[in-house]
Amino acid sequence: MSLVSEPLAFEFFRQGLIASLLVGALCGMLGVYIVLRRMSYIGHGLSHAVFGGAVVGYVASINFYVAAGVWGFVSALLINATARRRRIGADAAIGIVTTASFAIGVALISRTRSFTRNFEAALFGNILGVTLVDLAVVAAVTLGVALFIVLFYKRLLFMTFDPEVAPIYGVNVGLVDTLFALAMAATIVASINVVGVTLIAATLVIPATTARLLTDSFGRMIVLSSVIGLVAGGVGMFASYWLDISSGATIVLLEAAGFVLALLATTVLRRGARWAEGPPPTLARDRPMDDLA
Amino acid sequence: MTEIAGRELVRFDRATLGYDGAPVLLDVDLTIDEGSFVGIVGPSGAGKTTLLRAIVGGVPRVSGRVSVRGRLVRDGPTAGVGWVPQLETVDWNFPATVREVVLMGNWSGRPWRAWATAAERQAVDRLLDRLGIAGLGRRHIRELSGGQQQRVFLARAMIGEPALLLLDEPTSGVDLKTRDDILHLLADLNREGMTIVLTTHELNTVAAHLPWVVCVNRYVIAEGDPDEIFTAAVLGRTYGAELRVVRQDGVVLVADAAPHRLREAIRHRHEDFEHAHHEHADAAHDHTPNGVGEGPR
Repeated sequence: MSLVSEPLAFEFFRQGLIASLLVGALCGMLGVYIVLRRMSYIGHGLSHAVFGGAVVGYVASINFYVAAGVWGFVSALLINATARRRRIGADAAIGIVTTASFAIGVALISRTRSFTRNFEAALFGNILGVTLVDLAVVAAVTLGVALFIVLFYKRLLFMTFDPEVAPIYGVNVGLVDTLFALAMAATIVASINVVGVTLIAATLVIPATTARLLTDSFGRMIVLSSVIGLVAGGVGMFASYWLDISSGATIVLLEAAGFVLALLATTVLRRGARWAEGPPPTLARDRPMDDLA
Repeated sequence: MTEIAGRELVRFDRATLGYDGAPVLLDVDLTIDEGSFVGIVGPSGAGKTTLLRAIVGGVPRVSGRVSVRGRLVRDGPTAGVGWVPQLETVDWNFPATVREVVLMGNWSGRPWRAWATAAERQAVDRLLDRLGIAGLGRRHIRELSGGQQQRVFLARAMIGEPALLLLDEPTSGVDLKTRDDILHLLADLNREGMTIVLTTHELNTVAAHLPWVVCVNRYVIAEGDPDEIFTAAVLGRTYGAELRVVRQDGVVLVADAAPHRLREAIRHRHEDFEHAHHEHADAAHDHTPNGVGEGPR
């Protein structure tokens, strides 16, 4: 049996593969906005906050997706609201809200030791345990977020680029911000089973940052970032099967390798282009002066 | 108000403007007619930008009335107004091409559609051509010169075909040539019928060339032709400093009334510094002050 078809014979692998393809594309897509709005740290914090919600939901026997989803959404709104107060920096606001939320989860777990193992999956991802329900949630969230990004494309772009000026041109910043917080919470909750709390931030940030290296156009950056996430999700699953490494870690390591490659390639290309241009690099900085000839 | 007798476009009626804290501008009575070209001058923190933002509903606390074409401005956008931000506030590393930036200006035309239509793209190309930056649509915004960058944001403001253009400090942080280019371009647009209001803190190089200026500092101090209102008294009240106004061959020149006093004060302080740090005197001498160069952004 070949490298590709052998793992595909297992149902758990097929389901995991579809989930990781979707999660890769989803995080790549949304990650563009997270990176450009300089919210990487929010992605990291929010996944920890969601963990708290998941534990509370477990203890209160509420459905995982409902509990974690609502908790994540409320945390995202809290971060937005706290960060708007001028005396508290956004980074501090995120630190307070998300670590407190994570601590609630840890406190509850340490009191009730019986379910520790389930939460290892939440922390590090357990792609082998992806159920049909999980798959349906991932598919629905991917579709919903994609729809949001397409329908609100212009507003999101304007707001990401120029948050001060967008409202002057009629963009309803409050509405778009709230919907974005919802999209972010949903993405993180849907991705937890595949990559785990601790690695979600990487899947949000690395594809987008890699795509940024490769293009100067916003539209192309979204497409590239989604494709990078998708490919890393797919290839990562096979690599994870054959190398017997946890799937979340494999995907993130692949993405990181892709980033390093892109960084090297663009650096070499830029050096080459500069060399071909002729003038030494120091003179290039004077260019804005001899404009409009 | 200007010589082109136009209809009233913007009107402030005893408007007091501010944000959450104390009001920034008090008791503003001001009208801006169609076809006029107005500069708002004043020191930093005087409320220039607040006055401009009030026209587009960007000031949360307003008492009195601000209206555009007879319609009261409320929280939220004002139709038919194009806004050009300060270039210094733009994130130049953002992945956006010239065309992507210009298209933001008419997002509300087809709000749910992610991609621009062929007609929209042609409209962008025509506008870039009109503003003298044809063929740059696919370039990244950082690859342009200061003057070209200013034109891109002018294009974004104009793509929605507004009747009024508002520019926040369009000449700050650009080199001399670019500044002249921008002022000429704005004068051309004004001649074609566009109403233009800009803020500036540059009295000699910008404000003195405009047909109409409004001096603000917490209040509207004066408004009129700079040839007439740029007097030592008006500018003194606007800037809270002694200024000398020189008129020669039809040119108004504003200068610091006592530059030598300032120079002395600085020298004096420098000597104190050297005295206090005697052991580091050599290092202090080596330090050559930087020139006020017009470096690239």
